[in-house]
Amino acid sequence: MSLLSRLLPRRRFDFHGGIHPPERKALSNGTPIRPGPMPAQLILPLTMHIGAPARPLVQVGDRVLKGEKIAEASGPVSVPVHAPSSGVISAIEPRPIQHPSGLDAPCIVLDTDGEDRWTALHPHPDFRAIPRPELLALIREAGIAGLGGAGFPTAIKLNLRDNQRIEQLILNAVECEPYITADDRLMRERAPALIRGIEILRYLVQPAETIVAIEDNKPEAIAAMRAAAEGTGIRIMTVPTKYPSGGEKQLIRLVTGKEVRSGGIPAEIGVVCQNIGTAYAVERAVVHGEPLIRRITTLTGEAFTQPGNVETLIGTPVQALLEAGGVTQPHRGRLIMGGPMMGFSIDHPMSPVVKTSNCIIAAPLTELPEPAPEQSCIRCGACADVCPAELLPQQLYWYSKAGEFDRARHYNLLDCIECGACSYVCPSNIPLVQYYRYAKAELRKQAAEHQKADRARERFEARTARIEKEKAEKEARRQARLAANRVKQAPDAAAPPAQADLKKAVNDASAAYKTAVKAAKEAEASGADNAVALRAEAERLKAHADALKANLRDAKAAGPAAPAHDDGLPALKKAVADASAAYKAAVKAMKDVEAGGDGDIDALRADTERLKAEADRLKAALRDAKAAAPAVVAAPVQEDPVAALKKAVADASSAYKAAVKAAKEAEASGDGDLDALRAEAERLKPTGSKPNCVTPRRRPRPHHHQPHRQPPRLRPPAMTRSKNATSA
Amino acid sequence: MNLISVTSPHTTGPSRTQRVMAQVLLATLPGLAVLCGLFGWGSLINVVWACAAALACEAAVLRLRGKPVGFHLADGSALVTAVLLALAIPPTAPWWLTLVGVGFAIIFAKQLYGGLGMNPFNPAMAGYVLLLISFPVDMTRWLPPFEAPDLATSLQLFLGRDHGIDALTGATPLDSLRTWAGDAAALAAQPALHGTFAGLGWEWVNLAFLAGGLWLLWRRVITWHIPAALLGALALCALPFWLHDSARFASPLFHLFSGAAMFGAFFIATDPVSAATSRTGRLIYAALIGVLIWVIRSFGGYPDAMAFAVLLLNLAAPTIDYYTQPRSYGHSKPKRGIGG
Ligand code: SF4
Ligand code: SF4
Repeated sequence: MSLLSRLLPRRRFDFHGGIHPPERKALSNGTPIRPGPMPAQLILPLTMHIGAPARPLVQVGDRVLKGEKIAEASGPVSVPVHAPSSGVISAIEPRPIQHPSGLDAPCIVLDTDGEDRWTALHPHPDFRAIPRPELLALIREAGIAGLGGAGFPTAIKLNLRDNQRIEQLILNAVECEPYITADDRLMRERAPALIRGIEILRYLVQPAETIVAIEDNKPEAIAAMRAAAEGTGIRIMTVPTKYPSGGEKQLIRLVTGKEVRSGGIPAEIGVVCQNIGTAYAVERAVVHGEPLIRRITTLTGEAFTQPGNVETLIGTPVQALLEAGGVTQPHRGRLIMGGPMMGFSIDHPMSPVVKTSNCIIAAPLTELPEPAPEQSCIRCGACADVCPAELLPQQLYWYSKAGEFDRARHYNLLDCIECGACSYVCPSNIPLVQYYRYAKAELRKQAAEHQKADRARERFEARTARIEKEKAEKEARRQARLAANRVKQAPDAAAPPAQADLKKAVNDASAAYKTAVKAAKEAEASGADNAVALRAEAERLKAHADALKANLRDAKAAGPAAPAHDDGLPALKKAVADASAAYKAAVKAMKDVEAGGDGDIDALRADTERLKAEADRLKAALRDAKAAAPAVVAAPVQEDPVAALKKAVADASSAYKAAVKAAKEAEASGDGDLDALRAEAERLKPTGSKPNCVTPRRRPRPHHHQPHRQPPRLRPPAMTRSKNATSA
Repeated sequence: MNLISVTSPHTTGPSRTQRVMAQVLLATLPGLAVLCGLFGWGSLINVVWACAAALACEAAVLRLRGKPVGFHLADGSALVTAVLLALAIPPTAPWWLTLVGVGFAIIFAKQLYGGLGMNPFNPAMAGYVLLLISFPVDMTRWLPPFEAPDLATSLQLFLGRDHGIDALTGATPLDSLRTWAGDAAALAAQPALHGTFAGLGWEWVNLAFLAGGLWLLWRRVITWHIPAALLGALALCALPFWLHDSARFASPLFHLFSGAAMFGAFFIATDPVSAATSRTGRLIYAALIGVLIWVIRSFGGYPDAMAFAVLLLNLAAPTIDYYTQPRSYGHSKPKRGIGG
């Protein structure tokens, strides 16, 4: 940071939209953090983080100590799980957990023995003495995954490339969701430990500046953090109370004025964002050697007689927390894990608290009533006014509801952070976020199917390429042998075999012609747009067959008198036949795909085209060879250029395939370089070696940004219109 | 346990469609009061009759379409359409005129397009234009202000007994302007053109609708974009021509406080269903309405132009939307078109 920018007063930034729901924080922020209950059973899901599930290291019946690792990370994006208390593993099986899918998930179940005996811990009070890679490993081994948001493994976010300069390390202590006060209490009560944790993160990331962002509705926490940060250079920044200022992207904009690219990560713009609770977990892990086995969770909602914050063991069933908070009556109403804006309904009270569970809300219906029935969208635009991602939520809604997911994606559905601000303000009670989740899931499904098809195509291509290569090699060997023989016994070479070869070639060519005619007819009948090309191809094959026939006649006429005429030709002819066969197979595959209406048709077509080019080239070589026939001894010499050519063709086509693949991937990930990649692919595409050969034309892809002539009135189709409105 | 399981968010704001509609209705009251004060009971009778007709039409169509009648009637949108249309119709209108207008607005302009939220045209204005084209005489029979007929006369008019009605009617300021534009002396002699600060009587009508509109703004039922852009464009168009030739062209103030200017700016053009979507889009949409109003008032065949201007821009709204998508967070530029 330049001196000037240090001296100038900081600009305040803002993000678009946002809402001010009732905060309701006073329900739970008045009392100190208290220890959570010691339940008889702890349920530890193997996926409490984003990424691959952890792999159990224990078996049923094993006795474990508090802090012992019971499941290990199973990949780069994964973290281990530790025993939150001592006891015996009683089951490893699917259990109900809080998950939007409502499905059970594999869990390790630990029957606690009440002794709460620790395993041996390895504290590192002087973290600066540890090299950074080791420190990162330590954090990963402690099982730390973002405590505030989705639970992304923390070590990965902190692991930067060597040349990556981080300007801002932002500690997200905004806690903008109503009701939740876990970070608030944590900062009020444990500010020095938090600052230590932040120092560790700083040491790892080496940012130019470190900022703790706190919403201005937490004056006590701000004061405590200011006092603790005194002299460290860590800046405590207050941000105006507005939901969702704690969303990572919104916070980055708020603090730095920078925007994370759509689909990108903050590190690209020199920002690392960590939750303040994560900083605490890091401090416990490094300075005290304690893995992540407990967290601060807010118990709130009017159903709790003793709301407040508890430091609860991870794996504690929600039921135990309800009891600990004084919910004695069977609870009726809403039970939510997380905040009221983005939290999830808990269907089963035995679902456990996980690493990301910052809040349990038990609210009677008087507090959070049942959703009102959905009415028609009146296009009031209130949703667009509050959307922090600057989307047009009502358009997303129309398209999601109508099942036009590609259009929804065009309207940047994938940038929706599901903050719920739009649903909150919608006067017609439309559960907008629910529609977006549905549409996103559908898009994901489509992408997965696409990928599957891609993989199938790649396998097919690899196989074709391998077979061709083998064939080519065999051919080369055979030709070498033949040529060698021929040189030796040229005078003895007999015409009949040569003629037989030619005859076979003629037959092959006629057969190919017939197939092509048939294909062309079918294509014409079905109105496929390659019909013309196929027809031309058939014509060409016919001409070829005729030429071959003429050759055969000539050969017959020449009779035994021209034995040399066919030297080296059989091999080439065979190659021609093989190539045509491969071409035919490809055409068939293409047809099948086309019939199936799959999207990979372009790739296949390119493939086909390439094969045809190969066949043409070989045929040309054959003709050349025939022309050169009198020069018998020249035959072996001719092979070399053929092999070289073949290799060049193979190289070109594999380069092309790679380019196509890259383009596909770019497309799938919505990357901006798509056009460049496509152009590159086009450039690499092998072209027919004969200028006059007719190649099946690539069908132009449907263009995405083509303006429609019709006024794009945003109406769902008639189908959805008729069953509109009530969600009864 | 008896848990309800829904996806987030678990709480919603206080805004409700019914409440929005109710506030719009409330905000029309000052305007209605002034209309009644100036022109007698006709407007009130119109409003009540139109509401009844609208509810009946809406219920009938909902039943035919197999929709829950009570649920949809409760959103109040039919009442809003009815009230807005009734306020636009002259207080001398006979019952069948209102009925035809409301019936067309509800059945054709709204329900046949799929009901609330689906109609491309503002239903009230669609009904109004139908009436204006079909019954131009009845639709332009306004009374002179401050000479309000008594209730009995108003009822007579409502029942369609129009004996002597022509003796009652008088030219509105916009009528006078259109008739006498270019003739400075004649203009000066038109009492209708010389109210306290704008057209006689109508200045108060517009002021009342302005008050109601400002209240809607304050209640955040509408945003400033549409009224400001509409009125601003209207005034901006009027200003240079008026400066250039005040005998032919009316002043910006006169335009802002004549005819349906305020009513249209705050109550008609702000109808979100048929307007453009994004903020920029709405600014463009409303500004173009303002321009069109001025053009039609100054050069067109009809004295006022709100309904035509709004309907024309309703037609253009999708195109405006097409070009005015906001730039989303994390994108370098806004998207265009509708994809797919
Ligand atoms: S979705 Fe709701 S908030 Fe958005 S425009 Fe429609 S009615 Fe208004
Ligand atoms: S949920 Fe998505 S569309 Fe709705 S306000 Fe949040 S980011 Fe915008």
